[in-house]
Amino acid sequence: MALLEVNNLVASYGPIRALHGISFSLEEGSVTTILGANGAGKTTTLRSICGMVSTEGAISFAGQDISRMPTEQIVRQGVAHVPEGRGTFTRVTTEENLRLGSYARKDRKAIEDDIEQVYSYFPRLKERRDQQAGTLSGGEQQMLAVGRALMLRPKLMLLDEPSFGLAPLIVEELFGILRRINEQQKVSMLLVEQNATLALDLANHAYLLETGRVVLSGTSKEIAADETVRKSYLGY
Amino acid sequence: MNNVRNHRANPADSYELFGVKLPQLRMILLLIGIALALLLPLVLANFAIFQMTQVLVYAIAVLGLNLLTGYNGQFSLGHSAFYALGAYTTAIMIDRYDIAYYWTIIPAGLICFIGGFLFGLPALRLEGLYLALATFALAVAMPQLLRYEHFEGFTGGVQGIDVFKPDSPLPMLNADQWLYYFVLFWGALLIIGAWNLVRGRTGRAMIAIRDNPIAARTMGINTALYKSVTFGVSGLYTGIAGALGAIVAEFVAPDSFTFFLSVWFLVGMVVGGLASIPAAIAGGIFILYMPNISEEVISIFFGNDPSAKALIWVAFGLFLIFTVYVVPNGLAGLVRRFVIRYATRRGD
Amino acid sequence: MDLFLQQTLDGLATGAIYASLALAVVMIYQAIDHFNFAQGEMAMFSTFIAWQLIAWGAPYWLAFVVCLVISFVGGMLIERIVFAPIHNAPVLSHIVVFIALTLIFNAFAGFIWEFTIKQFPSPFPSELPFETTLIGPHELGVVGITLVMLVLIYVFFRFTPVGLAMRAAAANPVSAALVGISVKKMLALGWGLAATVGAVAGMMIAPKVYLEPNMMLGVLLYGFAGAVVGGLTSPGGAVIGGFLMGVLENLAGTYVIGSDLKLTFALVVIVAVLLFKPAGLFGRVVVQRV
Repeated sequence: MALLEVNNLVASYGPIRALHGISFSLEEGSVTTILGANGAGKTTTLRSICGMVSTEGAISFAGQDISRMPTEQIVRQGVAHVPEGRGTFTRVTTEENLRLGSYARKDRKAIEDDIEQVYSYFPRLKERRDQQAGTLSGGEQQMLAVGRALMLRPKLMLLDEPSFGLAPLIVEELFGILRRINEQQKVSMLLVEQNATLALDLANHAYLLETGRVVLSGTSKEIAADETVRKSYLGY
Repeated sequence: MNNVRNHRANPADSYELFGVKLPQLRMILLLIGIALALLLPLVLANFAIFQMTQVLVYAIAVLGLNLLTGYNGQFSLGHSAFYALGAYTTAIMIDRYDIAYYWTIIPAGLICFIGGFLFGLPALRLEGLYLALATFALAVAMPQLLRYEHFEGFTGGVQGIDVFKPDSPLPMLNADQWLYYFVLFWGALLIIGAWNLVRGRTGRAMIAIRDNPIAARTMGINTALYKSVTFGVSGLYTGIAGALGAIVAEFVAPDSFTFFLSVWFLVGMVVGGLASIPAAIAGGIFILYMPNISEEVISIFFGNDPSAKALIWVAFGLFLIFTVYVVPNGLAGLVRRFVIRYATRRGD
Repeated sequence: MDLFLQQTLDGLATGAIYASLALAVVMIYQAIDHFNFAQGEMAMFSTFIAWQLIAWGAPYWLAFVVCLVISFVGGMLIERIVFAPIHNAPVLSHIVVFIALTLIFNAFAGFIWEFTIKQFPSPFPSELPFETTLIGPHELGVVGITLVMLVLIYVFFRFTPVGLAMRAAAANPVSAALVGISVKKMLALGWGLAATVGAVAGMMIAPKVYLEPNMMLGVLLYGFAGAVVGGLTSPGGAVIGGFLMGVLENLAGTYVIGSDLKLTFALVVIVAVLLFKPAGLFGRVVVQRV
């Protein structure tokens, strides 16, 4: 059974429908990416999974129906969301941000170990551990957001456009770390990206979203080889 | 012929309610209202006339507040201060300078206009909550200011000033009736003024500033000027209400003009409904009769215990919360909803 | 010189109370972006509860603690029952509800305990262990208690996980939910804490100004002034602002304007600060983005 299963998901912002009944699934241990242009509904999909948008349809995570759960509870099931724009708590320190990531957990000792582990993935964060998080650079805040999500010891990590606004070198570094996290920690990932090349390189499976509908799905190799995808999203 | 319509006509005008077209219905209700206003005092007992006069005074005060908050979006918890300013101006003129009461109304209004405008200038830099805070401070500080010993020569200090009810110059009207018509005259003048203001360019500018101040600026509206002038006009209205109120109550004293008076006006505006002129009258009626009715109800349960009277305010408070939850647009909003629900277009 | 010192120290004592109220105001402002105009009346009501407990024979400190607990729970309940439903309503609705609460608390207190003034005991000994004319025992006690409370609150917010979670929920509710924090619970906790702080302030000032339902309105005004002066986005600043207002009130009253215009003084301070330095001494300016 897939870790995450979405069936006929309809999502609306008030009277405006953003998702018109999409279905997809994510296997445990995999990295799945959702591609699409601006306004396709990618962010809405992630927010729907987290209970931040009003939805109809079925969303199940690790066998549990989460479509009616409040956000805090979904998080406690093991879903960590790295939001669009990082969502850093700017007025507290880097380390306090990481601690907040572990708020839902009870095991004090392991939390300390996990903080060290995050620092081993992101040494730059360790240098800035007592600095106010708002003073970190964009790339560092993105790493902090990923680190914060890791602190939950999540089963599933949702990432919303992690490459946005970052210099190419940083992005390369970040995606390399994401791959390591996926392989070493066995954290499944649902990645929303506009940068299709990067995403298809990291992911195993891909879905293409256009104006709230799934128009293409398959392994990342298949999607990368597709004519229309190549022309419209990969640029060649 | 029905297809060629004046593009300025209100599309709602072709709707009907109970078989009568809306504009006609409005006219009928207006005429009934005017008839009642003019004729009731001729048949009612003096105390009832006194109450009707009070309703008018409160209605004018609430209308002043509604112009500022309902139509222009600026909050004020401090209108008791303008009311006090108008009241004291009248009282001082009558008592210290022997000016006849009817000459005091316009100066009181002008002084309050200036006061409102001057307060409106710094208020330009304050939005929403901050303005509420500043006006809250104004209301709380006012009674102490009125009691200040160095002003006692003018204000009468803690005791305040007594104002004598004017005699009726007409033999067929008694003093209460005369005072009522005097207040009604000013009320009518002010209501017509407000109606014209709101329907014209100024009104549209005020409403634009309320709904989207930044967009209003980009459309070339001098928001600063309009906001300050609105504050001034609002002060003028509530100030004239205060002036009239001083004559009706026959005295002014610092403790009549506390922060809780501002609360009454706020209540009247919220219950009547924002951005509606008839709502002010509903608000005035509410302010006057709600405490009276509550007192009756409470004395049934608690007798004449004075601290039981305090429960009136509890009732007020609960009623306010109820209004915010259930009827956020006040009585006027209820009426609008009713009309929208039941009005039909001719030929439907 | 003695007079100056006396007035300053006495001002610090009243300032401690203003600082507490200012802190309560800022705590709620940070959480919900609204001013709790009913903060003073809530504090007054709490003080009456304490008075009642003492009148029934409870020793002072027991009544003090029980009052704090009741205030904490009461504050939480008010947030859950009264404010949660109008969370997204326009500003005017919030203001109206705050005013309504002010009315209800004021009137209810008057109904239960009448409007006659009552004595509220001071828990501090009537004489200081050392000789001085500079400050009275009650005033010194007030400053002491307030400082202890402020330190406890600081430690709570700075060093405990719940305190951190509350700060996070206030600053960024969306991200807070995404790390599993129940923003609703944090809001309720914040209100409970604010109500408790207010209760302490009420019980500290009641011995001086005599307990009656209208005792807190002017005090609240000074609390607001302190919050505005210190900076509405800075709890530490609000505290300093409160102390500052206490001292200024006394000095201005003694040397400049006499004691009869103190409320006008607060008004002038509020308007002047909001106009010329809206961020206060320690706050940040909030930029309005189009």
